[in-house]
Amino acid sequence: MAKNREFGNRRLHSLLGVIPVGLFLLEHLITNYMATKGEEAFNSAAHLLESLPFRIFLEVFIIFLPLIYHAVYGIYIAFTAKNNAGRYGFFRNWMFVLQRVTGIVTLIFVVWHVWSTRIQAALGAEVNFDMMADILSSPFMIAFYVVGILSTTFHFANGLWSFAVSWGLTVSPKSQQISTYVTLVVFVLLSYVGVRAIFAFV
Amino acid sequence: MAETKKIRFEVVRQDTPDSAPYTEKFDLDYRPNMNVISALMEIRRNPVTIEGKKTAPIAWDMNCLEEVCGACSMVINGKPRQSCTALIDQLEQPVRLEPMRTFPVVRDLQVDRSRMFDTLKKVKAWIPIDGTYNLGPGPRMPEKKRQWAYELSKCMTCGVCLEACPNVNSNSDFIGPQALSQVRLFNNHPTGAMNKAERLNTIMGDGGLANCGNSQNCVQSCPKGIPLTTSIASLNRDTSIQMFRNFFGSDQV
Repeated sequence: MAKNREFGNRRLHSLLGVIPVGLFLLEHLITNYMATKGEEAFNSAAHLLESLPFRIFLEVFIIFLPLIYHAVYGIYIAFTAKNNAGRYGFFRNWMFVLQRVTGIVTLIFVVWHVWSTRIQAALGAEVNFDMMADILSSPFMIAFYVVGILSTTFHFANGLWSFAVSWGLTVSPKSQQISTYVTLVVFVLLSYVGVRAIFAFV
Repeated sequence: MAETKKIRFEVVRQDTPDSAPYTEKFDLDYRPNMNVISALMEIRRNPVTIEGKKTAPIAWDMNCLEEVCGACSMVINGKPRQSCTALIDQLEQPVRLEPMRTFPVVRDLQVDRSRMFDTLKKVKAWIPIDGTYNLGPGPRMPEKKRQWAYELSKCMTCGVCLEACPNVNSNSDFIGPQALSQVRLFNNHPTGAMNKAERLNTIMGDGGLANCGNSQNCVQSCPKGIPLTTSIASLNRDTSIQMFRNFFGSDQV
Protein backbone atom coordinates (compact mmCIF):
# COMPACT_ATOMS: atom_id res chain seq x y z
CA MET A 1 0.00 0.00 0.00
CA ALA A 2 1.17 3.52 -0.77
CA LYS A 3 2.56 5.50 2.12
CA ASN A 4 0.52 7.92 4.20
CA ARG A 5 -2.83 6.84 2.78
CA GLU A 6 -4.14 5.71 6.16
CA PHE A 7 -5.51 9.06 7.28
CA GLY A 8 -7.47 9.59 4.06
CA ASN A 9 -8.67 5.98 4.05
CA ARG A 10 -9.92 6.18 7.63
CA ARG A 11 -11.67 9.50 7.08
CA LEU A 12 -13.26 8.19 3.87
CA HIS A 13 -14.42 5.10 5.78
CA SER A 14 -16.00 7.31 8.44
CA LEU A 15 -17.64 9.62 5.90
CA LEU A 16 -19.04 6.88 3.66
CA GLY A 17 -20.59 5.13 6.66
CA VAL A 18 -22.87 8.14 7.15
CA ILE A 19 -23.03 9.60 3.63
CA PRO A 20 -24.29 7.82 1.59
CA VAL A 21 -24.53 4.39 3.28
CA GLY A 22 -26.22 5.67 6.46
CA LEU A 23 -28.64 7.82 4.49
CA PHE A 24 -29.50 4.87 2.26
CA LEU A 25 -30.15 2.80 5.40
CA LEU A 26 -32.66 5.41 6.60
CA GLU A 27 -34.39 5.42 3.20
CA HIS A 28 -34.49 1.61 3.18
CA LEU A 29 -35.92 1.34 6.72
CA ILE A 30 -38.64 3.88 5.88
CA THR A 31 -39.58 2.02 2.71
CA ASN A 32 -39.76 -1.24 4.69
CA TYR A 33 -42.03 0.45 7.19
CA MET A 34 -44.59 0.92 4.40
CA ALA A 35 -45.28 -2.80 4.89
CA THR A 36 -47.10 -1.92 8.12
CA LYS A 37 -49.58 0.07 5.98
CA GLY A 38 -50.47 -3.04 4.02
CA GLU A 39 -49.27 -5.10 1.10
CA GLU A 40 -50.33 -2.59 -1.54
CA ALA A 41 -48.60 0.36 0.10
CA PHE A 42 -45.32 -1.58 0.29
CA ASN A 43 -45.54 -2.79 -3.28
CA SER A 44 -46.16 0.71 -4.64
CA ALA A 45 -43.24 2.12 -2.58
CA ALA A 46 -40.95 -0.66 -3.82
CA HIS A 47 -42.14 -0.16 -7.36
CA LEU A 48 -41.51 3.60 -7.18
CA LEU A 49 -37.87 2.99 -6.23
CA GLU A 50 -37.54 0.29 -8.88
CA SER A 51 -38.73 2.64 -11.60
CA LEU A 52 -36.34 5.51 -10.75
CA PRO A 53 -34.43 6.66 -13.83
CA PHE A 54 -30.69 5.84 -13.98
CA ARG A 55 -31.40 3.22 -11.32
CA ILE A 56 -28.26 1.18 -11.93
CA PHE A 57 -26.03 4.29 -11.56
CA LEU A 58 -27.80 5.32 -8.39
CA GLU A 59 -27.30 1.84 -7.01
CA VAL A 60 -23.63 1.59 -7.98
CA PHE A 61 -22.51 5.02 -6.79
CA ILE A 62 -24.80 5.59 -3.81
CA ILE A 63 -24.98 2.03 -2.53
CA PHE A 64 -22.66 -0.64 -3.90
CA LEU A 65 -19.28 1.10 -4.20
CA PRO A 66 -19.47 3.04 -0.89
CA LEU A 67 -20.80 -0.05 0.88
CA ILE A 68 -18.08 -2.33 -0.50
CA TYR A 69 -15.36 0.15 0.48
CA HIS A 70 -16.84 0.59 3.97
CA ALA A 71 -17.11 -3.20 4.39
CA VAL A 72 -13.65 -4.13 3.13
CA TYR A 73 -11.80 -1.41 5.03
CA GLY A 74 -14.03 -2.10 8.05
CA ILE A 75 -12.94 -5.74 8.14
CA TYR A 76 -9.33 -4.56 8.16
CA ILE A 77 -10.05 -2.15 11.04
CA ALA A 78 -12.01 -4.75 13.02
CA PHE A 79 -9.25 -7.34 12.83
CA THR A 80 -6.46 -4.87 13.62
CA ALA A 81 -7.83 -4.33 17.14
CA LYS A 82 -6.94 -6.57 20.06
CA ASN A 83 -10.14 -6.32 22.06
CA ASN A 84 -9.61 -6.05 25.80
CA ALA A 85 -13.05 -5.31 27.25
CA GLY A 86 -12.52 -8.21 29.68
CA ARG A 87 -9.69 -6.34 31.38
CA TYR A 88 -10.93 -2.80 30.74
CA GLY A 89 -14.70 -3.02 31.11
CA PHE A 90 -15.44 0.66 30.51
CA PHE A 91 -18.66 1.61 28.71
CA ARG A 92 -16.94 3.10 25.67
CA ASN A 93 -14.60 0.13 25.40
CA TRP A 94 -17.65 -2.17 25.19
CA MET A 95 -19.07 0.13 22.51
CA PHE A 96 -15.72 -0.19 20.69
CA VAL A 97 -15.97 -4.00 20.77
CA LEU A 98 -19.67 -4.00 19.83
CA GLN A 99 -19.02 -1.64 16.92
CA ARG A 100 -16.58 -4.20 15.49
CA VAL A 101 -18.77 -7.23 16.24
CA THR A 102 -21.93 -5.62 14.79
CA GLY A 103 -19.91 -4.53 11.76
CA ILE A 104 -19.05 -8.16 10.96
CA VAL A 105 -22.58 -9.43 11.79
CA THR A 106 -24.10 -6.67 9.64
CA LEU A 107 -21.81 -7.57 6.76
CA ILE A 108 -22.88 -11.23 6.90
CA PHE A 109 -26.52 -10.14 7.08
CA VAL A 110 -26.21 -7.65 4.21
CA VAL A 111 -24.44 -10.18 1.96
CA TRP A 112 -27.21 -12.71 2.56
CA HIS A 113 -29.89 -10.03 2.17
CA VAL A 114 -28.46 -8.74 -1.14
CA TRP A 115 -28.16 -12.31 -2.43
CA SER A 116 -31.74 -13.18 -1.56
CA THR A 117 -33.31 -9.95 -2.85
CA ARG A 118 -31.30 -7.77 -5.26
CA ILE A 119 -29.39 -10.59 -6.97
CA GLN A 120 -32.56 -12.69 -7.24
CA ALA A 121 -34.24 -9.63 -8.78
CA ALA A 122 -31.40 -9.37 -11.30
CA LEU A 123 -31.99 -13.05 -12.10
CA GLY A 124 -35.62 -12.34 -12.87
CA ALA A 125 -37.48 -12.59 -9.57
CA GLU A 126 -39.98 -9.86 -8.72
CA VAL A 127 -39.31 -7.84 -5.56
CA ASN A 128 -42.58 -7.39 -3.71
CA PHE A 129 -44.41 -8.07 -0.47
CA ASP A 130 -44.76 -11.77 -1.29
CA MET A 131 -41.02 -12.17 -1.79
CA MET A 132 -40.31 -10.87 1.72
CA ALA A 133 -43.21 -12.80 3.23
CA ASP A 134 -41.74 -15.91 1.63
CA ILE A 135 -38.21 -15.20 2.95
CA LEU A 136 -39.61 -14.57 6.44
CA SER A 137 -41.76 -17.70 6.50
CA SER A 138 -39.50 -19.65 8.89
CA PRO A 139 -38.81 -18.75 12.53
CA PHE A 140 -35.08 -19.09 11.87
CA MET A 141 -35.14 -16.42 9.15
CA ILE A 142 -37.22 -14.11 11.34
CA ALA A 143 -34.61 -14.42 14.10
CA PHE A 144 -31.81 -13.91 11.56
CA TYR A 145 -33.47 -10.76 10.24
CA VAL A 146 -34.16 -9.36 13.73
CA VAL A 147 -30.50 -9.90 14.70
CA GLY A 148 -29.37 -8.42 11.38
CA ILE A 149 -31.55 -5.31 11.74
CA LEU A 150 -30.57 -4.70 15.37
CA SER A 151 -26.92 -5.14 14.50
CA THR A 152 -27.24 -2.71 11.58
CA THR A 153 -29.07 -0.01 13.55
CA PHE A 154 -26.58 -0.31 16.41
CA HIS A 155 -23.62 -0.07 14.06
CA PHE A 156 -25.16 2.99 12.39
CA ALA A 157 -26.13 4.77 15.63
CA ASN A 158 -22.82 4.13 17.39
CA GLY A 159 -21.04 4.95 14.14
CA LEU A 160 -22.68 8.38 14.23
CA TRP A 161 -21.10 8.89 17.65
CA SER A 162 -17.62 8.04 16.45
CA PHE A 163 -18.18 10.01 13.22
CA ALA A 164 -18.75 13.11 15.37
CA VAL A 165 -15.52 12.44 17.30
CA SER A 166 -13.43 11.47 14.27
CA TRP A 167 -14.24 14.67 12.41
CA GLY A 168 -13.73 16.82 15.48
CA LEU A 169 -17.37 17.87 15.92
CA THR A 170 -17.70 16.65 19.52
CA VAL A 171 -14.49 17.50 21.36
CA SER A 172 -15.42 18.17 24.99
CA PRO A 173 -16.28 15.21 27.27
CA LYS A 174 -19.72 16.77 27.85
CA SER A 175 -20.59 16.97 24.17
CA GLN A 176 -19.43 13.37 23.72
CA GLN A 177 -21.60 12.30 26.67
CA ILE A 178 -24.69 13.97 25.24
CA SER A 179 -23.89 12.54 21.81
CA THR A 180 -23.85 9.08 23.48
CA TYR A 181 -27.42 9.63 24.72
CA VAL A 182 -28.60 11.01 21.37
CA THR A 183 -27.15 8.10 19.39
CA LEU A 184 -28.65 5.58 21.85
CA VAL A 185 -32.06 7.14 21.18
CA VAL A 186 -31.36 6.90 17.43
CA PHE A 187 -30.57 3.19 17.94
CA VAL A 188 -33.82 2.54 19.83
CA LEU A 189 -36.01 4.44 17.36
CA LEU A 190 -34.48 2.88 14.24
CA SER A 191 -34.66 -0.58 15.82
CA TYR A 192 -38.38 -0.06 16.39
CA VAL A 193 -38.87 1.00 12.76
CA GLY A 194 -36.82 -1.92 11.45
CA VAL A 195 -38.21 -4.71 13.64
CA ARG A 196 -41.81 -3.57 13.26
CA ALA A 197 -41.39 -3.75 9.48
CA ILE A 198 -40.10 -7.35 9.71
CA PHE A 199 -43.19 -8.46 11.63
CA ALA A 200 -45.44 -6.75 9.10
CA PHE A 201 -44.38 -9.45 6.65
CA VAL A 202 -45.01 -12.34 9.02
CA MET B 1 3.74 -14.89 69.56
CA ALA B 2 1.02 -14.50 66.96
CA GLU B 3 1.88 -15.76 63.50
CA THR B 4 2.82 -12.93 61.16
CA LYS B 5 0.51 -12.22 58.23
CA LYS B 6 1.90 -13.25 54.85
CA ILE B 7 1.49 -11.58 51.51
CA ARG B 8 1.50 -13.72 48.38
CA PHE B 9 3.03 -12.44 45.14
CA GLU B 10 2.74 -13.99 41.69
CA VAL B 11 5.38 -12.61 39.37
CA VAL B 12 5.48 -13.28 35.64
CA ARG B 13 9.14 -13.68 34.80
CA GLN B 14 11.11 -13.85 31.61
CA ASP B 15 14.86 -14.40 31.45
CA THR B 16 15.65 -12.91 28.05
CA PRO B 17 13.67 -10.84 25.50
CA ASP B 18 12.92 -13.97 23.46
CA SER B 19 12.51 -16.68 26.09
CA ALA B 20 9.15 -17.99 27.29
CA PRO B 21 7.56 -16.33 30.33
CA TYR B 22 6.89 -18.32 33.50
CA THR B 23 5.31 -17.53 36.86
CA GLU B 24 6.99 -17.69 40.25
CA LYS B 25 5.29 -17.22 43.62
CA PHE B 26 6.75 -15.50 46.65
CA ASP B 27 5.56 -15.00 50.22
CA LEU B 28 6.55 -11.99 52.32
CA ASP B 29 5.90 -11.08 55.93
CA TYR B 30 3.35 -8.29 56.14
CA ARG B 31 4.61 -4.87 57.16
CA PRO B 32 2.40 -1.77 57.27
CA ASN B 33 2.66 0.81 54.43
CA MET B 34 4.38 -1.43 51.90
CA ASN B 35 4.16 -0.68 48.22
CA VAL B 36 4.94 -3.01 45.32
CA ILE B 37 8.47 -1.61 44.99
CA SER B 38 9.36 -2.13 48.63
CA ALA B 39 7.98 -5.67 48.30
CA LEU B 40 10.11 -6.30 45.22
CA MET B 41 13.15 -4.99 47.14
CA GLU B 42 12.33 -7.35 49.98
CA ILE B 43 12.14 -10.28 47.55
CA ARG B 44 15.44 -9.18 46.04
CA ARG B 45 17.11 -9.50 49.47
CA ASN B 46 16.10 -13.14 49.64
CA PRO B 47 14.82 -14.43 46.29
CA VAL B 48 13.30 -17.74 47.41
CA THR B 49 9.99 -18.97 45.97
CA ILE B 50 7.21 -20.53 48.06
CA GLU B 51 8.52 -23.95 47.06
CA GLY B 52 11.80 -22.98 48.77
CA LYS B 53 13.67 -22.78 45.49
CA LYS B 54 16.39 -20.15 45.32
CA THR B 55 15.92 -18.07 42.21
CA ALA B 56 17.38 -15.00 40.48
CA PRO B 57 16.30 -11.61 41.86
CA ILE B 58 13.45 -9.99 39.92
CA ALA B 59 14.39 -7.27 37.43
CA TRP B 60 12.22 -4.14 37.22
CA ASP B 61 12.62 -0.44 36.43
CA MET B 62 12.23 2.39 38.93
CA ASN B 63 13.51 5.86 39.48
CA CYS B 64 11.64 8.67 41.23
CA LEU B 65 9.44 6.60 43.60
CA GLU B 66 6.79 9.34 43.63
CA GLU B 67 4.84 8.79 40.39
CA VAL B 68 6.39 11.48 38.26
CA CYS B 69 8.96 9.58 36.19
CA GLY B 70 6.81 6.76 34.80
CA ALA B 71 9.64 4.21 34.82
CA CYS B 72 8.14 1.68 37.24
CA SER B 73 4.93 0.99 35.29
CA MET B 74 3.81 -2.64 35.23
CA VAL B 75 0.57 -4.62 35.13
CA ILE B 76 -0.56 -5.06 38.73
CA ASN B 77 -3.57 -7.34 39.27
CA GLY B 78 -4.49 -6.88 35.62
CA LYS B 79 -4.25 -3.09 35.53
CA PRO B 80 -1.26 -1.13 34.19
CA ARG B 81 -0.05 1.39 36.77
CA GLN B 82 3.02 2.61 38.61
CA SER B 83 4.36 0.14 41.17
CA CYS B 84 5.59 2.97 43.43
CA THR B 85 2.05 4.14 44.18
CA ALA B 86 0.54 0.65 44.28
CA LEU B 87 0.06 0.19 48.03
CA ILE B 88 -0.07 -3.40 49.27
CA ASP B 89 -2.80 -2.50 51.80
CA GLN B 90 -5.07 -1.52 48.90
CA LEU B 91 -4.36 -4.52 46.67
CA GLU B 92 -6.21 -7.80 46.46
CA GLN B 93 -4.15 -10.89 47.16
CA PRO B 94 -2.35 -12.64 45.64
CA VAL B 95 -0.68 -9.62 44.08
CA ARG B 96 -0.01 -10.51 40.45
CA LEU B 97 2.77 -8.62 38.69
CA GLU B 98 3.26 -8.76 34.92
CA PRO B 99 5.26 -6.66 32.47
CA MET B 100 3.43 -4.32 30.07
CA ARG B 101 3.53 -6.60 27.04
CA THR B 102 2.67 -3.83 24.59
CA PHE B 103 6.37 -3.03 24.88
CA PRO B 104 9.26 -5.42 24.24
CA VAL B 105 10.12 -7.21 27.49
CA VAL B 106 13.79 -6.83 28.44
CA ARG B 107 13.70 -9.07 31.49
CA ASP B 108 11.02 -9.98 34.06
CA LEU B 109 9.03 -6.77 34.71
CA GLN B 110 11.42 -4.54 32.81
CA VAL B 111 10.21 -3.31 29.41
CA ASP B 112 11.74 -1.16 26.68
CA ARG B 113 9.67 2.03 26.34
CA SER B 114 11.85 3.50 23.56
CA ARG B 115 9.02 3.58 21.03
CA MET B 116 7.33 6.38 22.99
CA PHE B 117 10.48 8.51 23.03
CA ASP B 118 10.92 7.85 19.32
CA THR B 119 7.39 9.10 18.57
CA LEU B 120 8.01 12.23 20.66
CA LYS B 121 10.95 12.93 18.33
CA LYS B 122 8.84 12.11 15.30
CA VAL B 123 6.09 14.60 16.20
CA LYS B 124 8.65 17.22 17.38
CA ALA B 125 7.23 17.44 20.88
CA TRP B 126 9.30 20.47 21.83
CA ILE B 127 9.47 24.24 21.34
CA PRO B 128 12.15 25.21 18.79
CA ILE B 129 13.97 28.18 20.28
CA ASP B 130 17.42 27.80 18.71
CA GLY B 131 18.48 29.92 15.77
CA THR B 132 21.75 31.06 14.19
CA TYR B 133 21.14 34.40 15.90
CA ASN B 134 19.37 35.54 19.06
CA LEU B 135 15.66 35.04 18.43
CA GLY B 136 14.70 37.21 21.40
CA PRO B 137 11.97 36.50 23.91
CA GLY B 138 8.92 34.57 22.75
CA PRO B 139 5.31 35.80 23.02
CA ARG B 140 3.66 35.84 26.46
CA MET B 141 1.30 33.04 27.37
CA PRO B 142 -1.94 33.92 29.20
CA GLU B 143 -1.88 32.58 32.76
CA LYS B 144 -5.13 30.72 32.28
CA LYS B 145 -3.75 28.94 29.26
CA ARG B 146 -0.54 28.11 31.14
CA GLN B 147 -2.57 26.39 33.82
CA TRP B 148 -4.50 24.50 31.15
CA ALA B 149 -1.27 23.46 29.41
CA TYR B 150 0.22 22.33 32.73
CA GLU B 151 -2.33 19.51 32.90
CA LEU B 152 -1.19 18.18 29.52
CA SER B 153 2.45 18.60 30.49
CA LYS B 154 2.01 16.14 33.38
CA CYS B 155 2.55 13.25 30.94
CA MET B 156 5.48 11.14 32.19
CA THR B 157 5.67 8.76 29.19
CA CYS B 158 4.81 5.87 31.51
CA GLY B 159 3.12 3.78 28.78
CA VAL B 160 -0.10 2.96 30.65
CA CYS B 161 -2.30 4.49 27.91
CA LEU B 162 -0.55 2.46 25.21
CA GLU B 163 -0.92 -0.72 27.28
CA ALA B 164 -4.67 -0.06 27.76
CA CYS B 165 -5.34 0.84 24.11
CA PRO B 166 -6.81 -2.00 22.00
CA ASN B 167 -5.41 -0.42 18.82
CA VAL B 168 -1.80 -0.26 20.01
CA ASN B 169 -0.61 -3.79 19.26
CA SER B 170 1.62 -5.88 17.08
CA ASN B 171 -0.84 -5.65 14.14
CA SER B 172 -0.72 -1.87 13.96
CA ASP B 173 1.76 1.01 13.83
CA PHE B 174 -0.46 3.26 15.96
CA ILE B 175 1.74 5.66 17.94
CA GLY B 176 -0.82 5.79 20.77
CA PRO B 177 -2.47 8.54 22.83
CA GLN B 178 0.63 9.78 24.70
CA ALA B 179 2.44 11.45 21.78
CA LEU B 180 -0.84 12.75 20.31
CA SER B 181 -1.67 14.66 23.48
CA GLN B 182 1.82 16.17 23.40
CA VAL B 183 1.13 17.43 19.87
CA ARG B 184 -1.89 19.27 21.25
CA LEU B 185 0.22 20.68 24.09
CA PHE B 186 2.98 22.04 21.84
CA ASN B 187 0.60 23.23 19.11
CA ASN B 188 -1.11 25.40 21.72
CA HIS B 189 2.08 26.99 22.98
CA PRO B 190 2.50 30.48 21.44
CA THR B 191 5.98 29.62 20.09
CA GLY B 192 5.26 25.94 19.48
CA ALA B 193 2.27 26.94 17.31
CA MET B 194 4.76 28.09 14.67
CA ASN B 195 5.28 24.39 13.81
CA LYS B 196 1.62 23.44 14.17
CA ALA B 197 1.05 22.39 10.54
CA GLU B 198 4.24 20.32 10.55
CA ARG B 199 3.15 18.39 13.63
CA LEU B 200 -0.39 17.92 12.27
CA ASN B 201 0.94 16.61 8.97
CA THR B 202 3.14 14.13 10.86
CA ILE B 203 0.22 12.68 12.83
CA MET B 204 -1.80 12.53 9.59
CA GLY B 205 0.78 10.00 8.38
CA ASP B 206 0.65 6.22 8.74
CA GLY B 207 0.32 4.98 12.30
CA GLY B 208 -0.97 8.39 13.31
CA LEU B 209 -4.13 9.96 14.69
CA ALA B 210 -6.57 8.14 12.38
CA ASN B 211 -5.77 4.81 14.06
CA CYS B 212 -7.68 5.86 17.17
CA GLY B 213 -10.80 3.71 17.55
CA ASN B 214 -12.35 5.74 20.40
CA SER B 215 -12.37 2.98 22.98
CA GLN B 216 -11.34 5.73 25.42
CA ASN B 217 -9.46 3.27 27.65
CA CYS B 218 -6.53 5.70 27.70
CA VAL B 219 -8.33 8.52 29.48
CA GLN B 220 -9.77 6.04 31.99
CA SER B 221 -6.35 4.54 32.70
CA CYS B 222 -4.05 7.61 32.72
CA PRO B 223 -2.52 7.89 36.23
CA LYS B 224 -2.13 11.65 35.76
CA GLY B 225 -5.74 12.23 34.70
CA ILE B 226 -4.67 13.80 31.39
CA PRO B 227 -7.71 14.45 29.11
CA LEU B 228 -6.25 12.22 26.37
CA THR B 229 -9.50 11.66 24.45
CA THR B 230 -10.25 15.38 24.49
CA SER B 231 -6.78 15.92 23.02
CA ILE B 232 -7.47 13.32 20.33
CA ALA B 233 -10.88 14.80 19.44
CA SER B 234 -9.36 18.29 19.35
CA LEU B 235 -6.62 17.05 17.01
CA ASN B 236 -9.32 15.40 14.88
CA ARG B 237 -10.82 18.86 14.42
CA ASP B 238 -7.41 20.44 13.70
CA THR B 239 -6.52 17.76 11.16
CA SER B 240 -9.94 18.11 9.48
CA ILE B 241 -9.08 21.75 8.85
CA GLN B 242 -5.47 20.92 7.93
CA MET B 243 -6.74 18.34 5.43
CA PHE B 244 -8.79 21.01 3.61
CA ARG B 245 -5.85 23.42 3.73
CA ASN B 246 -3.53 20.82 2.25
CA PHE B 247 -5.89 19.85 -0.53
CA PHE B 248 -7.57 23.09 -1.56
CA GLY B 249 -4.65 25.29 -0.68
CA SER B 250 -4.22 28.06 1.85
CA ASP B 251 -1.95 31.00 2.54
CA GLN B 252 -1.21 29.56 5.96
CA VAL B 253 1.33 26.79 5.80
